[in-house]
Amino acid sequence: MTDLHAKSLTELTAGLESGEFSSVELTQALLERISAHDQTLNALVTVTGDEALAAAARADADRASGNAGVLNGLPIIHKDIFCTRGIKTTCGSKMLDNFISPYDATVVERLGTAGAVVLGKANMDEFAMGSSNETSYFGPVKNPWDLERSPGGSSGGSAAAVAARLAPAATATDTGGSIRQPAALTNTVGIKPTYGRVSRYGMIAFASSLDQAGVITRTVEDAARLLGVMAGFDERDSTCLNEPVPDYVAELGNSIKGLKIGIVRQHFDEGLDAECGVKVKEAIAALESLGATAVEVDMPNIDLSVPTYYVVAPAECSSNLSRFDGVRFGHRAEDPEDLYDLYARSRGEGFGDEVKRRIMTGTYVLSAGYYDAYYLKAQQVRHLIADDFKKAFQDVDIIAGPTTPTPAFKLGDKIDDPITMYLNDIYTIGANLGGFPALSVPCGFVKDLPIGLHLVGHHFDESALLRCAHAYQQETDWHTACPEAFK
Amino acid sequence: MSLDKDQVQQIAALARLELKPAEHAELVDKLSKIVDFVAHLSEADTSGVVPMAHPLDVAQRLRPDVVTEPNERDRFQQNAPSVTGGLYLVPKVIE
Repeated sequence: MTDLHAKSLTELTAGLESGEFSSVELTQALLERISAHDQTLNALVTVTGDEALAAAARADADRASGNAGVLNGLPIIHKDIFCTRGIKTTCGSKMLDNFISPYDATVVERLGTAGAVVLGKANMDEFAMGSSNETSYFGPVKNPWDLERSPGGSSGGSAAAVAARLAPAATATDTGGSIRQPAALTNTVGIKPTYGRVSRYGMIAFASSLDQAGVITRTVEDAARLLGVMAGFDERDSTCLNEPVPDYVAELGNSIKGLKIGIVRQHFDEGLDAECGVKVKEAIAALESLGATAVEVDMPNIDLSVPTYYVVAPAECSSNLSRFDGVRFGHRAEDPEDLYDLYARSRGEGFGDEVKRRIMTGTYVLSAGYYDAYYLKAQQVRHLIADDFKKAFQDVDIIAGPTTPTPAFKLGDKIDDPITMYLNDIYTIGANLGGFPALSVPCGFVKDLPIGLHLVGHHFDESALLRCAHAYQQETDWHTACPEAFK
Repeated sequence: MSLDKDQVQQIAALARLELKPAEHAELVDKLSKIVDFVAHLSEADTSGVVPMAHPLDVAQRLRPDVVTEPNERDRFQQNAPSVTGGLYLVPKVIE
């Protein structure tokens, strides 16, 4: 019963089914790992030990009575952006440091109903705004591969926890790369499904036309397992789409022979670290050796992705975050003089620097006289970028490239320069702008730091991404590498 | 295009954000850089391009206008900073 922490969801399910160990034993083992390692990593904002053990006991009882759900007894961590009933839900912000959610997000509800056990809530960039986890009110998360480096963000806590084997899987969200970039920088798998594939109900909104929920795991098979439970129509999210959800796990076994992979020339320009470029090209060659064919595709507008995103996302954020007014929930300033003072001081005190910058940027681009030049223009360019993808997908099944321009950077290196930080997401943002599903899978190490291969697919074709990445993981063992201190 | 102190103050007022003097000064610098950066968008030829309304070009789903949720006001107001008799309290608005 050793090394439970190193096992995948698939392996753990086999152990639970055979009675080799119980969910209570497994949960206990992981809670012990969290208490041993999380002071170093700061990956969790809240540990829900008592609730987890109670849920594990219920899972064991369900299994004994023949009522085991598909995720029965499997411990996971939720990004602290998902509302969890009766449990503090902070979104990485002082604004919500006192917020006990009165309800569960649909993602939380569905995974819970399937039998998953929640170990705690993962640290994250404040309101998911950041690419390094340094904007969290609860302090930065450390990268398990080098504690001086960032695990990426905004789902940095989810990624670090999975990479350090504190949990086999964690939920995450992605608005411009927040699942895939931290996955790449921590040697984990991260999938952002098609926009509308997974319900956003109870997922605290940042940019509503871009946000999507997904997972971070160590194996593609585990990601397929969880996504199958999370995905599907939910009437409580008006943007959730009513499309059939395939059996992602069953489809993993299909061959990738004949799969056509598009390579975007612009993704291998001077912005990409040369060694990363070599590794990513080796990964694409490996896919070719499995029977896929690679062709170059042109995306003339892709270079405008980041500026487009930094108009659209802040605009939506400034609108979404207007709900934090110090009246109904969240931080409230003391002794307000009048209503304006109540709003302005509650928000001024409750939000951190990056969130303020984005609210300000969004307010500016939406304000009278600037709307056409910025917001309308950005939504037009967004259409051009989405059309570039659609055109490419007439010829290819998947677009492949690097997830990030470099491996993990040092904490403190980029936080003072927003533009440099924003450019971290240069390869991932396009998928959000067009609503396409995308995934990052470990594809090697550069100077002892992990990097990822990025795959983007047609709308609703998560299966192609999972199948391709799974085939790659059958041929490679990058994903089995574990940071030395967390073996 | 750089923003000046007054513009930043005006945006902060629209956004209902109180800024400390140091934050204000820093935002003048950083917002200017961000605005310069996103100004690259003007390079794109977008004549005749329809602004994107939804990533999947679908219309907003509608539902019948019926009550679907029970009243759980008391439970929801447990997160409120100040309530009385089911009402949220704010500083006096009308004299």
